[in-house]
Amino acid sequence: MTMAETTGVKAKRLSDAEYADNFSDIHPLLTAHEALVEADRCYFCYDAPCMTACPTSIDIPMFIRKIQAGNPVGSAKTIFEQNILGGMCARVCPTETLCEEACVRETAEGKPVKIGQLQRYATDTYMSRELPHPFKRAAATGKKVAVVGAGPAGLSCAHRLAMHGHDVVIYEARPKPGGLNEYGIASYKATNNFAQREIEWLMQIGGIELKLGQRLGTDISVESLAESHDAVFIGIGLSSAYTLNIPGSDLPGVEAAIDFIARLRQAEDKSTLPVGQDVVVIGGGMTAVDAAVQSKLLGARTVSLVYRRSREQMPASRYEQELAAAHGVHLVFNAKPVRISGANAVESVEFEYTRQDGANLVGTGETVEIPANQVLAAIGQWMEAEVGELELDGTTLARTPENRSPMPYPNVWVGGDCAHGGEDLTVVAVEDGKIAAENIHKTLMA
Amino acid sequence: MADLSTNFLGIKSPNPFWLASAPPTDKAYNVERAFEAGWGGVVWKTLGEAGPPVVNVNGPRYGAIWGPDRRLLGLNNIELITDRDLEINLREITEVKKRWPDRAMIVSIMVPCEEQSWKAILPRVEDTGADGIELNFGCPHGMSERGMGAAVGQVPEYIRMVAEWCKQYSKLPVIVKLTPNITDIRYPARAAKAGGADAVSLINTISSIVSVDLDNFAPMPTIDGKGSHGGYCGPAVKPIALNMVAEIARDPETRGLPISGIGGVSTWRDAAEFIALGCGTVQVCTAAMTYGFKIVQEMAQGLSDWMDEKGYATIADFQSRAVPNVTDWQYLNLNYVTKAKIDQDLCIKCGRCHIACEDTSHQAITSTVDGVRYFEVMEDECVGCNLCVNVCPIDDCITMVRMTDGADPRTGKPIDPDYANWTTHPNNPMARQAAE
Ligand SMILES: Cc1cc2nc3c(=O)[nH]c(=O)nc-3n(C[C@H](O)[C@H](O)[C@H](O)COP(=O)(O)OP(=O)(O)OC[C@H]3O[C@@H](n4cnc5c(N)ncnc54)[C@H](O)[C@@H]3O)c2cc1C
Ligand SMILES: Cc1cc2nc3c(=O)[nH]c(=O)nc-3n(C[C@H](O)[C@H](O)[C@H](O)COP(=O)(O)O)c2cc1C
Ligand code: SF4
Ligand code: SF4
Ligand code: SF4
Repeated sequence: MTMAETTGVKAKRLSDAEYADNFSDIHPLLTAHEALVEADRCYFCYDAPCMTACPTSIDIPMFIRKIQAGNPVGSAKTIFEQNILGGMCARVCPTETLCEEACVRETAEGKPVKIGQLQRYATDTYMSRELPHPFKRAAATGKKVAVVGAGPAGLSCAHRLAMHGHDVVIYEARPKPGGLNEYGIASYKATNNFAQREIEWLMQIGGIELKLGQRLGTDISVESLAESHDAVFIGIGLSSAYTLNIPGSDLPGVEAAIDFIARLRQAEDKSTLPVGQDVVVIGGGMTAVDAAVQSKLLGARTVSLVYRRSREQMPASRYEQELAAAHGVHLVFNAKPVRISGANAVESVEFEYTRQDGANLVGTGETVEIPANQVLAAIGQWMEAEVGELELDGTTLARTPENRSPMPYPNVWVGGDCAHGGEDLTVVAVEDGKIAAENIHKTLMA
Repeated sequence: MADLSTNFLGIKSPNPFWLASAPPTDKAYNVERAFEAGWGGVVWKTLGEAGPPVVNVNGPRYGAIWGPDRRLLGLNNIELITDRDLEINLREITEVKKRWPDRAMIVSIMVPCEEQSWKAILPRVEDTGADGIELNFGCPHGMSERGMGAAVGQVPEYIRMVAEWCKQYSKLPVIVKLTPNITDIRYPARAAKAGGADAVSLINTISSIVSVDLDNFAPMPTIDGKGSHGGYCGPAVKPIALNMVAEIARDPETRGLPISGIGGVSTWRDAAEFIALGCGTVQVCTAAMTYGFKIVQEMAQGLSDWMDEKGYATIADFQSRAVPNVTDWQYLNLNYVTKAKIDQDLCIKCGRCHIACEDTSHQAITSTVDGVRYFEVMEDECVGCNLCVNVCPIDDCITMVRMTDGADPRTGKPIDPDYANWTTHPNNPMARQAAE
């Protein structure tokens, strides 16, 4: 095929069948047989290490035992009790650094129980049968809580609050709820519009009103929400990407990886998405890996993923790195960008090699030029929002261990990526929202 | 290379692995395939009287229980004796025996408990050239309701009577197959011996309901909404069979009576265990029905390799070696003190030993040490019960270690190197009485 040789940034580099194949489910749902075989591997550990490693403390041995015992519906309930977005987490959690890393069968034979895939089996089974929502709302408390941001943190918080009988209004800036579940997560991890289906299912609890197109700082303020509601939860994530601050970074063809990914997630027809013939992704996290892999899946001829530090220091897990390599992404370590060149659009990126000098990363003076007609920067995000007088800790929102915002507002809680110490994981955002909801509930009912 | 050949009641076979009387031995086609695969002998599927044969159900006849990964652990059946015409069976037995003269050919028989019936069938069987007969006194379903099978096997006087008829009307060696569906296996074994039987074989299947269909509320297998008790066999019944074999092997009245061991034999090791408890051959049904005939090759090779490793040249070299070591509880050495020991290099920290001991035994295993997840036996609490060993998923990770000196940290009592049992223990009221 000659299409792949098309230079520049172009759409339709592949056949329809290739697009369909490339963007299908990366780990298809286990069949009932596969699930039973896998569930049988679980030892039902005491004080299970996998459970300790799960940020939402799902009772993993119990949910797996219920699959073993032929009760996947009960299994899903065990999961949802701790993590209402257990369906999404089953798809996106880097289990190799969470529950599965801790699994004793990893110690025993280097092959952990496939906890993530079993979790998906149980939750998908539940959601695919037309069963009533697994939770009922407690008697109405008459309290009203505002949740800002409909990402994993906000959704988890809203659901838990509604369950406790409070009335919740979610204020979301974007036209669709879900946060990065909808706009960020790699498309092959959450296929078939799963993010929206899961939200619809979650909303069945009742008592949650969703207001879209409401931006904190523009349409609403912390101050007014704190006044008009009994409590406020802020889970607005980190919506703005840091930009490269080097010569040439304003050339056409250079953009933030999260913008590229958001466009990709929203495109119904992936063949309409332009992608460079040669793509350079700069960064070392999950966003960088996802941008690189998906560029390759869109038909880019070469994709280089360049990280300024060593492989060991790369935030993306070894599994993610291997996933990238398996897709033909070229991984470059210890190189930092110094210049982007091109006449009318980007043509190449120059990197300087680096080495670690104690705590400092220093350039070696040696450089390399990588050709590129698309450059995706995945060097981190920050919270770009008007948050009134909320206290900051560095660039994120300060918080107490209960996820409460320190003064001046006595009734504001925070969580997820926008809160200090956020771990950039869906499951951690879910836990933050849950902890905040429990503490809001306790405070309001005191 | 170890010699696996056996001579059981004068019946020779190249190895001790026989197929038990059951579907694998129901017709020439199966038996030929079994011999080709390497089985040492077969007990032909039980023959009934001449005339119209019994009929089987046409719905499902098996139920099962499974272990992890659906490994079949126990099988239950409601099949009857052969449902094929007697004449066809006799003809096939004759032909197969002719073609395979070096293999043991035993014919299982079950006819009504009347002298005439036995007198009629025995010469017909003898004419086939078969090596011996096995009396099926064991089938727990279908036939027992007609006064045969287990209905006879449960009444020692009948066993004796039928055995006597068989010895009277046939020259062939007589093996009495015992039912486990009784309280004390020694009584039917003694009756068989008294009747002149040359050997016993055991166990036949155990009366069972293997599961209940919770949609239709009927036992499984379910035939048009109803189910009946069936006969249980497979790996799950091996412990019951071993105990019954041992009871007969060490009973002063039946000691030395040849035994063909049956019940859950699935690997060479199971066979070696039955032989160590006194059996001269073993019979296999469920394992063959689960995996096909080829498993005999693993069994024969495994037994041979183990014998080579241990230096046993023939089966007789280790046969019955475990019998003297089967004793009654009251003779066990109460001065033998063991403590569980965890090999920390093998431990994968699943915590099962801890929770088993903590919730259901003696609170003798830690879950953390200095705030770190760590499983260690507290010898001052450990009673040496072996539960942790059995629940640990890792082979040899926990072992029981005998204390040979010092004092038991749990009781504070010094380790006594001498043997002492319950019969003389001060807490035993009988022993107290005797001393007084
Ligand atoms: C490309 C990419 C891939 C990722 N892949 C994974 C993965 O595979 N696995 C994993 O565990 N994690 C992954 N993550 C991280 C994960 O997505 C986040 O940690 C998680 O979504 C954080 O949830 P949140 O609710 O705090 O924020 P978000 O998901 O960012 O949601 C915040 C919500 O608030 C809204 N909002 C923002 N500003 C305002 C405002 N001013 N007013 C009102 N609403 C506002 C946003 O529109 C959004 O809906 C990935 C992240 C990225 C960027
Ligand atoms: C389907 C089936 C049919 C059986 N039929 C007979 C039979 O006709 N005569 C008999 O003596 N035993 C019969 N048995 C019992 C077996 O010979 C054997 O004693 C029992 O299954 C235990 O051995 P195992 O655990 O190796 O299966 C039958 C067993 C099964 C499973
Ligand atoms: S650690 Fe592994 S084996 Fe143990 S309970 Fe968790 S999943 Fe099961
Ligand atoms: S095993 Fe054979 S005879 Fe039996 S049900 Fe299955 S297909 Fe039919
Ligand atoms: S059961 Fe075995 S593997 Fe598990 S913690 Fe105990 S000793 Fe370790």
